[in-house]
Amino acid sequence: MMLQAAPNPLMKVENLVVEYSVGGKTIHAVSDVSLEIARGETLGLVGESGCGKSTLGRAVLQLRQAVSGKVLFDGHDLTTLKGEPLRKMRRRVQLIFQDPIASLNPRRRIGDIVAEPLVIAGVKDPEERKRRVSEVLSAVGLDPALVSGRLPHEFSGGQCQRICIARSLVLNPEFVICDEPVSALDVSIRAQILNLLEEMKARYGLTLLFIAHDLAVVKAVSDRVAVMYLGRLCEVGPSEQLFARPAHPYTALLIEAIPVPDPDVRPTQSVPVGEPPSPIAPPSGCRFRTRCPRADARCSSEVPELRLVASGQFAACHHPLV
Amino acid sequence: MSGALLSVENAVVDLPTPRGNLRAVDHVDLEVGAGKTLGIVGESGCGKTMLSRAILQLLPKKAKLSGRVMFDGQDLTRLSAEKLRKLRGRSLAVVFQDPMTSLNPVLTIGTQLIETIVEHLELDLAQARQRSVELLAAVGIPAPEQRLTQYPHQLSGGMRQRVAIAVALSCEPQLLIADEPTTALDVTIQAQILDLLAREQQRRHMAMIIITHDLGVVAGRTDEVAVMYAGRVVERAPTPALFKQMRMPYTEALLAALPKLDVPPHTPLPAISGRPPDPTRPLKGCSFSPRCRYSAGRCSTEKPRLSPAETLEHLYACFHPIAAGGGA
Repeated sequence: MMLQAAPNPLMKVENLVVEYSVGGKTIHAVSDVSLEIARGETLGLVGESGCGKSTLGRAVLQLRQAVSGKVLFDGHDLTTLKGEPLRKMRRRVQLIFQDPIASLNPRRRIGDIVAEPLVIAGVKDPEERKRRVSEVLSAVGLDPALVSGRLPHEFSGGQCQRICIARSLVLNPEFVICDEPVSALDVSIRAQILNLLEEMKARYGLTLLFIAHDLAVVKAVSDRVAVMYLGRLCEVGPSEQLFARPAHPYTALLIEAIPVPDPDVRPTQSVPVGEPPSPIAPPSGCRFRTRCPRADARCSSEVPELRLVASGQFAACHHPLV
Repeated sequence: MSGALLSVENAVVDLPTPRGNLRAVDHVDLEVGAGKTLGIVGESGCGKTMLSRAILQLLPKKAKLSGRVMFDGQDLTRLSAEKLRKLRGRSLAVVFQDPMTSLNPVLTIGTQLIETIVEHLELDLAQARQRSVELLAAVGIPAPEQRLTQYPHQLSGGMRQRVAIAVALSCEPQLLIADEPTTALDVTIQAQILDLLAREQQRRHMAMIIITHDLGVVAGRTDEVAVMYAGRVVERAPTPALFKQMRMPYTEALLAALPKLDVPPHTPLPAISGRPPDPTRPLKGCSFSPRCRYSAGRCSTEKPRLSPAETLEHLYACFHPIAAGGGA
């Protein structure tokens, strides 16, 4: 598939399929997804709950086993790695979760929490560990001397997310997957954390996969955006272009549904487009067709492939808007 | 405003905590007229939910409420438990963020709706059943007859919220309080639910209070907005006036901190530094002053009162309000 982001992408996902069974039924969480992320790029991945975006993030890290497909990180296929080689590779790839408070062990001190990846990676020298921990804590705007000896409950949600970010950076990773990193935070704190992620990306030369359901948040940090619906990619393209001229009807629906903080913009009366169908029995052909105003017979019989619709912009739709 | 359906007068809610008294709501005055929609906006811990619980008389047992909550001519703080129970559900309804807060997981949708209707309206079972089907259809639930026999867990989050709204609307309440009704829902479902609430509010000429952290949700769908910070209303105005000219620096900062779709990627967001004050350690001056870029002089020593600006409807609590055209 033509989804070339750069000649030598740092992360390349090829035809990834992830399924799991619940009560004897198969959930088609990720179906034939291919993506590339260039070194230094931020790729935003948006979609509603249950669309498979978090599963995709976990499958990239090999925290969830794929049924088929490849995950090529810097040329190595992570799906074929096991044991020590996989652990080595994972040090270069880190994950930040949605709930910062739940991701920190409530009984351990901040200094130990942030140092833990170093311990696991075999950094034996305590002075070296302390130096690294101090460096990343300072980088995320916390005073190491003040916070290292304290417990997570002494911190607010925003501060806990700073601690999680520090922990993810302590091994000097190249690639960080941020899974809804700000959706549990208040508006005023969310902006601080988004700015911090941008700073950290520049400072440490990171490549990011930024997963979120909020389009405006994704746009704020992403170079390119991928839109996912019920396990499949609908559209991939440069952020500005994708939001200015969405090609997939689902992307357009998502953009239209955002409440605009301006009383002069009357909310568009939402089309009664219903709800997403179950990923246990996704619709045949295009999975969005049951909610799509443009759907016709072809959409139910033929799965649309991602095709180039504009410079760098790909859409999986038989009747694209551009 | 005289003749308001609901008026909250000088409400104070105190909660005892191991760390001392927590003033969740600090001298709040509000009115909502019949058929009007008020938006209450604020971040977590600002007291917006405690305020709504104070209106409904559903505060935690340990909480102390002072002030008056006048609803349709009577002071709810003085009503007996029995009278309140009759009023809630009948005239005063609520929709919570998580529909499972109000739905019973072990009863069918039908039982819950019919029970509410029979309890509050003088209808027999067959009539109540008929009305339940109509209500489910009105809130956009497909195949309503069949839904009556289903349990909440068999429905999606969006459908559950529709059912919770149907239950809330079932007795034609005069006032509906929606506390973060769409926060747990996806954006495409959020738009549908907000449209549904607006439609029913207009059709029934019902008063509504929407409590949310999202300025985007209140912008297009309310008549008046009250912005809360650290337990107090810090700015209050008719919605168009507020968005045209925000006077309180907190309101302005809250709007500025929202990522916007019309801004290019990688533009740093104007974040609000720091975080809200500890509610058990109230500040002497303006609660927002430690985070406010316009803070100066008496901001840290004296609490600004909520008072009118150019028009009587636009109130703000600030010594250095943002002047027309921007800048303090």
